[in-house]
Amino acid sequence: MIWNETKECMSREEMQNLQSARLRKLVDYVYHNVEFYRKKMQAIGLLPTDIKGIEDIEKLPFTTKDDLRDTYPFGLFAVPQSQIVRIHASSGTTGKATVVGYTRRDLDIWAECVARCMTMAGIGRHDVIQIAYGYGLFTGGLGAHNGAEKIGAMVVPMSTGNSKKLTTMMVDFGATAIACTPSYLLHISEVLQEEGLLDKIKLKAAVCGAEPWTEKMRQEIEKRLNVHAHDIYGLSEVMGPGVACDCEEHAGLHVCEDHFFPEIVDPKTLKGVADGETGELVFTTLTKEGLPLIRYRTKDLTSITREKCACGRTSARISRFKGRSDDMLIIRGVNVFPSQVEAALVNVEEVAPHYMIVVDRVNNLDTMEVQVELNSEFYTDEIRGIERLTKKIAHAISQAIGLNAKITIVQPGSLKRSEGKAVHVIDKRKYD
Amino acid sequence: MIEKQLSVFIENRTGRLGEVLQVLKDSEVNIQSLSLADTTEYGLLRLIVDKPEIGKERLAAAGFSSMLTDVLIVRIPHNPGGLQNILKTVAEKNISVEYMYGLTITGDEASVVMKTSDLAKACEAFKE
Repeated sequence: MIWNETKECMSREEMQNLQSARLRKLVDYVYHNVEFYRKKMQAIGLLPTDIKGIEDIEKLPFTTKDDLRDTYPFGLFAVPQSQIVRIHASSGTTGKATVVGYTRRDLDIWAECVARCMTMAGIGRHDVIQIAYGYGLFTGGLGAHNGAEKIGAMVVPMSTGNSKKLTTMMVDFGATAIACTPSYLLHISEVLQEEGLLDKIKLKAAVCGAEPWTEKMRQEIEKRLNVHAHDIYGLSEVMGPGVACDCEEHAGLHVCEDHFFPEIVDPKTLKGVADGETGELVFTTLTKEGLPLIRYRTKDLTSITREKCACGRTSARISRFKGRSDDMLIIRGVNVFPSQVEAALVNVEEVAPHYMIVVDRVNNLDTMEVQVELNSEFYTDEIRGIERLTKKIAHAISQAIGLNAKITIVQPGSLKRSEGKAVHVIDKRKYD
Repeated sequence: MIEKQLSVFIENRTGRLGEVLQVLKDSEVNIQSLSLADTTEYGLLRLIVDKPEIGKERLAAAGFSSMLTDVLIVRIPHNPGGLQNILKTVAEKNISVEYMYGLTITGDEASVVMKTSDLAKACEAFKE
């Protein structure tokens, strides 16, 4: 099934015409409504009328997460606050969150995109879907929710944190679909097995995202739960989940390119690379009103193909992600920058300026450990003194990143000192 | 009697305890008693030694986090109820014991190392 055949199966020429028209409108819109973009364009002597078609996009300057931080919280919004109906936020590289705002029309388009993805995964109005992404500032929960409502499915807003309730309701409600992170779904499969419920579920489709996973992991989920598992991609800055999703062919993720124009650039030279070559994914939001982004650097590494897919869709497809061009970690679906952890530790006077983040996956759930050294005068010979300190550090980190990390105090001098670029992360998770 | 106890923070890793003892041996520091408190992540080694200052200095030089803590050495009669008797004294004065371990037994006398909430007060209590 295809949700919006007109848009998803357009000829390449029609799509380019649509994108060109939308880009011209967008550039004119941001030039007149966002000082940041106007100044950037003026600095390089670019006028909105210089952008005649989608091929002119390369003339426009890039936008980064740091730009969002520097204009925190609402500096890049293109509409007055009265027209914003929703705010979401994700991790920033330092203490401040990246804030995104949506107009009512933005939310409608977002739901449309998620609806396309859900349909790609074979979900429709007769399905019962459990949304097990976190509801709140994170875009996962509410984003998937609105799309699932749009296709008319019966939506069960589970959110995260209670696997037992989730599995019970999965059986009792006869849930046929689920949306959550892939690692959480693997965990759920284990809970189902332990409870002897595996043959009592009616699950047939899973829409998983918010963290990188491999084809092998996808097949493992399909085998364990006897479902069709699909990869949904998105990022809050661009919209949230629903920017792209893979169809039943599992031959790359179809990008909703009538709304989000994808480019692949070399992260060093920032020049576009040919289709099929790996580079950094860059998005321009063609229709967004609240927070329009011009050539936003996602830091996700992938490649693109514009060939028609066997499923019938003509939309551009991006390959499974090949990593990041920055040091961002995705832990339990939450974006974490080592710099955030560092900023939190700096504020704890007892901690020495050396730390190591160790990320692992135990029973399909991500674990995060932060090893720290104390300043020598703060080592104590009382266990409760050390426990108190451990709690204090854990609290500071949890406040900064929204995740609970295990804190290990190590001996002074035992964390590796690096001579060049400091290594602060050991990621033991296996993606293959 | 108040004495200096030498304490060392050690990670739970094979061989760490041995390394500490090697440093003390090389520094000719003699151990009279010790106690090892362990958690899953780390251990706290508490020692009564003849030269605590030298021990601390050498351990620090070897990269160990060590510290000196005042503790109470209490002599008790080596017979049933001897220890219970002093704990009663401590409880009556509303002093709490943080940790305790045995030091020596010679003839009919024994002694224990105690860390309490108010050392001076505890010391007075025992003198009475």
